[in-house]
This record gives sequence, C-alpha cells and structure tokens, in this order.
Amino acid sequence: MNNQSNPRRPFVRPLPTSWWLKEKRYVRYMTREATCLFIGLYALILLVGIFRLSQGADAFDAYLVALWSPASLILSVFIFQMAVIHSMSWFNLTPKAMPLWIGDKQAPGWIIVGAHYGGWFVVSVMVFFWLGGLM
Amino acid sequence: MARSNKPIVWGLFAAGGTVTAFLVPVLVLTLSLGAPLGLIPAENLSYDRIYPLVAHPLGRLIVFGFIMLSLWHAAHRTRTTVHDLGVNNDQATMVVCYGIAGAGTVLAAVFLLLL
Amino acid sequence: MSQRQVTLEVLRYRPESDSEPVFQSYTVPCQKEWVVLDALNYIKENLDRTLSYRWSCHMAVCGSCGMVINDMPMLSCKAFLRNLPDKIKVEPLHNFPVERDLVVVLDDFMDKLKVVKPYLIPREPAATPDGTYKQSTAQLKKFKPYAMCINCLACYSVCPQYGLNDGFAGPAALALAHRYNTDSRDQGRSAREDVVASNIGIWECTFVGACSEVCPKNVDPAAAIQQTKIASTVDFFKDKLLPGRKSGRASHE
Repeated sequence: MNNQSNPRRPFVRPLPTSWWLKEKRYVRYMTREATCLFIGLYALILLVGIFRLSQGADAFDAYLVALWSPASLILSVFIFQMAVIHSMSWFNLTPKAMPLWIGDKQAPGWIIVGAHYGGWFVVSVMVFFWLGGLM
Repeated sequence: MARSNKPIVWGLFAAGGTVTAFLVPVLVLTLSLGAPLGLIPAENLSYDRIYPLVAHPLGRLIVFGFIMLSLWHAAHRTRTTVHDLGVNNDQATMVVCYGIAGAGTVLAAVFLLLL
Repeated sequence: MSQRQVTLEVLRYRPESDSEPVFQSYTVPCQKEWVVLDALNYIKENLDRTLSYRWSCHMAVCGSCGMVINDMPMLSCKAFLRNLPDKIKVEPLHNFPVERDLVVVLDDFMDKLKVVKPYLIPREPAATPDGTYKQSTAQLKKFKPYAMCINCLACYSVCPQYGLNDGFAGPAALALAHRYNTDSRDQGRSAREDVVASNIGIWECTFVGACSEVCPKNVDPAAAIQQTKIASTVDFFKDKLLPGRKSGRASHE
C-alpha cells in the first residue's frame, strides 16, 4: 500500500491585469491596438458628416463649423497622430504576413514595406489635392 | 474542434486596417485640419462641392465602404484589446463592439440613400 | 587582475517547504567567456546542491535551458555574462507552472504540440524507387526557418495571449503546423485546420510579435501565424462560396 502523498505542487504565477505595462514592447503593442479607437471615432465623425450632408447646406455648414472648432481641432490632431501610428505599424508588419518570393529568393522586407510607404505617399498626395479641390 | 467563424470578422478587420492605413491620415489632414491650417480654401469643402462628390453613385459606394470597413476594423480590434485588458466576457464584448459597428453600417447605408 | 563577481538572484521554489517562489542570491566568481548556465553549474557544484534547472547540450541546439534572465526569455547557455550586468535575475519561463526552482511543467505545451499533427501527411507516395521525395531548393526554403524550432519555449514565456487564454496552442506549435503546411511533400493542411483554424489556434493570436523577437533560432512564429491567418481566411471563404471543393490545398505550388 502506498502511503506517500504526491510531493508535486506546481506553482502557478498569476498574470496581473497590468501585464502590458511591464515591458516597453507591450506598451507599444497596446498603443498600436488603441489606435483603432480613434479610427473608429473618425469613421463616426464622418458618419455624422454624411448625415448632416443629407440634411442640406445649412446643416452641413454647421457641421463644418463644429468640425473646425478649437476643441475639435485638438482632437483632430490627436486622431491624426493615432492614425499615423496605425498606418506605420500596419505597413511595417506586412512582410511577415505576406512574404514575397521571387523564384527561390525571398524579397527582403524593406522592399515590401517601402512599396507600401510609397503607395501611401502617392495616395495621400492624390487624395489631398483632389478632395481639397486644389487640382 | 470546431473551425472558428473568426475569418469573417478578421477579414473585415484586415481589409479595414489596410484601407484606413492608406486613407485616414490624409482624410484627417484634408477634411479636419486643411481649412483651419490654411492649406485648403474653406469653400472647397463646402456643401456645393462636397455634395455632388458624395452623392454620385461611385461616391456613395466608396464612402459606404470606407465607413463600414473602418467601423468593423475598430470593432474587432477593440474586442480583442478589451480581452487583453482582463475583461473575460467575450460574448458581451462582441455584442457591444459588433453591435456598434453593425448599427453604424446600417446608418451609413441609410444616410447615403437619403442624400 | 581580480576575477569578476556576479550576483545571481535566482527564483527558488521548493514545493515541500515553500508556500510560494522566493528569490535567493548567490555570488559567483566568473570566467570571461562564461554564460549564465556556467554560473548556475558553479552554484550547484560549489554553493547550493539543491538548485534545480534543466540543461543539456550547452550549445543552443537542444532547447532545454530556456529561462528568463533579467526579464528576457533566453537560453541560459547562450546568455553571455560579458553582455550582462553584475546583478542577474534568473527566473523560470513565464506562463508555465513552476515545478521546482527553474524547472517548469511542460505538459500543456507537449499536448498542444501533438494536437497540431506535426508530421508529414504526404500528398502522394514517394516518387523515387528508394522512397525519397524530390524537393527543390526553392521548395525547401519556403519552410526551412519554421523547421528550426528547438522547443525552448521562450516564445510561450513572452506571449501575452498564451498567458491570458487557456487553450491557446501557442507560437511554437502553430509555427510547426505552418512548417508542415508549407512543405511541398505535405497535404495535411486540411487535417490540421481543425485545430489550427479553431478557437484555440491562430485566431487567438493578436500579432503582438514578441515571440519572434525572442526566438533564439529566428523561427519567426509570428510570421507563420499571420500567413496561416490569411490562408485560412481565403480557405474559409472559398469553402463557403464554392461548396464541395477540397479545402486546405496548400498554397506553395
């Protein structure tokens, strides 16, 4: 008869809710994730704009006045910064998700990233000039 | 082990992430900051110029697509991040996040049809 | 010239006497070329025979000596003291239960490794008379990085999703599944998809990317998982829109 109890007692170290504050890489990750809140917020801001557009010129003018008010400007600058963090983190990761093979050689990551940044620049210039009526 | 249905929301997240990565910075710069910063004459963004662009069939489609993908991108990422922060009720999180995205999608369609 | 002294603060845990892990300090005179493993061996031989830890090859190929050194998971046989400060914190790998001292319970990983079917499921019988397959250099390059995993579990130690989610298969297991999915001899992607594309597979990953940052063999599990997400999503929609098609066809042709 075996009288010995099991001597094993594995210890599980708990993961705190603040785990993401412990290392820089996790803070960077959380910042990247948090950018989505501002992307979503801007989509809702534009949605309101579409609504006001559907209500006619006076409503849309009022919307623009609010959009360009000082408080909104401060928010817009922050949304812009968050959007840029989103764009850069997104483009920087594309080579991992979509490696490019040419024959039996893998294209270096910077080519894929560079192409995205290039496209980003071109699209941005085109949209700015066209939408801004500067063409 | 059941195959997950996550490809649906992840697909929207990935498409939305790509579209917003290319477009949101310039849209904020053009629409929100351009006139106040003096880069764009304010009348270029007035109703008379913007309405025809958005009301055009292609315009409606593009605006709808952009808003929808932005909302679903944000919804999915918010859902996973909320979980990272320790909120374990995934069902409730899904309802709130995807519910807002769904409502926004419907409203976008309605408003664009009302133009 | 006097010998350098380093202080190792090692997280001890003796289940028979400790209610929880506790740090213990050791001062170790070290040689210039030493690694942390050498310091641990010095402690065990000269200062404290009760210290427990895993190691084997001492040359970064077996994966046994994975542990957290100054908050970074690494192989202790590859952690050169000349690159570390005089105070060195040594802990067992995170996200695994601690058996004793620096030894963790690996059963969860072992189960997950099995469940992704980490073996060749050949698409056709061997083409050559001696039972071997023809494979070009290009085909080999596609999966070779993912075959370099030594199961050291540094990636699991640093993966928040593995820490937060019961059941997540984890970086190494999913990278190994990808290794077979991208092997031209294999056609088991469909068979693996049941786990890989399930709620404990790739969809738990949020691309934190820490796994690839700490991998001592540059396996890049983060890349493996993201590529699998795209392939699985394409498969998912193809299956829904074209019913009856054989899903899981590998995309490496």
